[in-house]
Amino acid sequence: MDGTVATAPKRWVDTLPALLEVNNIEVVYNDVILVLRGLSLKVPEGKIVALLGANGAGKSTTLKAISGLLKTEEGEITRGEIRFAGERIDGLDPDRIVRKGIFQVMEGRRIVADMTPHENLRLGAFTRSDSEVKADIERVYAYFPRLKERTGLAGYLSGGEQQMLAIGRALMARPKLILMDEPSMGLSPLLVKEVFGIIRRLNEELGITILLVEQNARMALSVASYGYVMEQGKIVLDGTAEELSANEDVKEFYLGGHGTERKRFKNLKSYKRRKRWL
Amino acid sequence: MQWDLLLQLTLNGLIVGTLYGVVAMSFVLIYKASQVVNFAQGEFLLIGAWACWWLLTEFQLPFVWGFLLTLVFMTVFGVLLQVIVLRPMIGEPVISVIMVTIGLSIFFQALMKWMFGVFAQPFPPIFETQAVRIAGLEVQSVYLLSLVISLAIMAAFAWFFTASKYGLAMRATAFDQQVAQSLGISVRMVFAMAWAISAVVSAVAGVVVGVVNGVSSGLSFYGIKVFPAVILGGLDSVLGAVLGGIIIGLLENIAHFFDSTILHWGNMFQIAPFYVLIVILMIKPYGLFGTKNIERV
Repeated sequence: MDGTVATAPKRWVDTLPALLEVNNIEVVYNDVILVLRGLSLKVPEGKIVALLGANGAGKSTTLKAISGLLKTEEGEITRGEIRFAGERIDGLDPDRIVRKGIFQVMEGRRIVADMTPHENLRLGAFTRSDSEVKADIERVYAYFPRLKERTGLAGYLSGGEQQMLAIGRALMARPKLILMDEPSMGLSPLLVKEVFGIIRRLNEELGITILLVEQNARMALSVASYGYVMEQGKIVLDGTAEELSANEDVKEFYLGGHGTERKRFKNLKSYKRRKRWL
Repeated sequence: MQWDLLLQLTLNGLIVGTLYGVVAMSFVLIYKASQVVNFAQGEFLLIGAWACWWLLTEFQLPFVWGFLLTLVFMTVFGVLLQVIVLRPMIGEPVISVIMVTIGLSIFFQALMKWMFGVFAQPFPPIFETQAVRIAGLEVQSVYLLSLVISLAIMAAFAWFFTASKYGLAMRATAFDQQVAQSLGISVRMVFAMAWAISAVVSAVAGVVVGVVNGVSSGLSFYGIKVFPAVILGGLDSVLGAVLGGIIIGLLENIAHFFDSTILHWGNMFQIAPFYVLIVILMIKPYGLFGTKNIERV
């Protein structure tokens, strides 16, 4: 295929100042399982970057390596470095990384179910000590008006509302970079649209840089300006959203929609073979 | 029926019960925040009481100063205990951690006996009037103080867990440590804080009991007494701990009443809570207010 990264002279991401730079990292779980093998990526300031890939490619691990949450799961960065605004952050504890301005919205929302939405939002501001927390809660409610009406426990919110609460909680920390893991998970198509609309607004109105991990590649590429494709712990392809959307392999493997002939068994075999090359 | 005695004992039960509730709360705090079943909780009372007694008798400090210094000491003690002894145990099997706390309990028992002797020592008198009469009932002034302090601690807990961000952080940590860390909460800090608060609150209870009965190793029996209270309320419910404590306190005294007026079996009050504990474990294994998980996918 023609879009190989290494040979491209000047990529779009290299023309912009990077807020986050991941250089050739290797991640090992439980001292033996190699999950990321030399992964590098850049997230330019003020942009949305999508990280695509199949299940088990290591997308969530990449996010956890950046946010430091890897440490809570017996994972370790054994090689490479991560720089945020020029400063090395690999090896720091997750709470230090949050204080530096990186906030991860974990897969599956992970809101605190036995607290109210309001308390969840206050928790998001844990690292702050300024007096504007109250005003920020109102600001979050302006983005998500229906959260304000919910006074019961957050565990009783619908899936979409929980996702909005999780995003709102991230906003409360006033991060520079949000790492978003599968925001569309388990949501109806209509809600997915709504959530992605919000993600775009956060980026445009608040200038928050976003690194977005998504299974729903079409949706992700519709909001992102740049994308990386991961497979088996490595980046195998990257390019601007337009390039990726136009790329034949990406179309085939991640965007689907090639009509009915693809579903035949004969084609499935060739599909598998080609996927290995990618 | 001797109604006066019953009423008096019920009142005593309420007062002692709130004190149990306070100790049970401090036990639940450690369990909730750091998932450690602390068998050395009773020794926290003992250490607090001895520390306060020592400050009052050795340096002739006024009670208020001795008491405040004790609280400062217990804060440091709680943090150090967590950092030095229990932090390395994070991630170890539950049974190992329990063994460590049992070991701590025995160690502190012995240490206190070695330092202060085996005999009960009375606190210097704090109040000029030993007892006041309320509606025909004799109430020791120390008991009144105990009630006030217990209620104040409970109110402080309620405020802490709903209004302060550190209380919220503690609840978040109890709910899910990874989530807490993703929010920028240092789990280590939360653990240390939980142990410090627990040690301080237990010490307050220890001093109160010490003032009433004198300080002796018997104080650490409170650490065992809170088990029925905590299990009655549900191991992970702070509110349950308070109610459990009050119920156990009442139960003890009512058992005492029937024992002394009708049954004459002797010492019923000491074992009644444990019978209740067994019955509760059979009917409601998670206690009255134990965890009900909300799940919605």
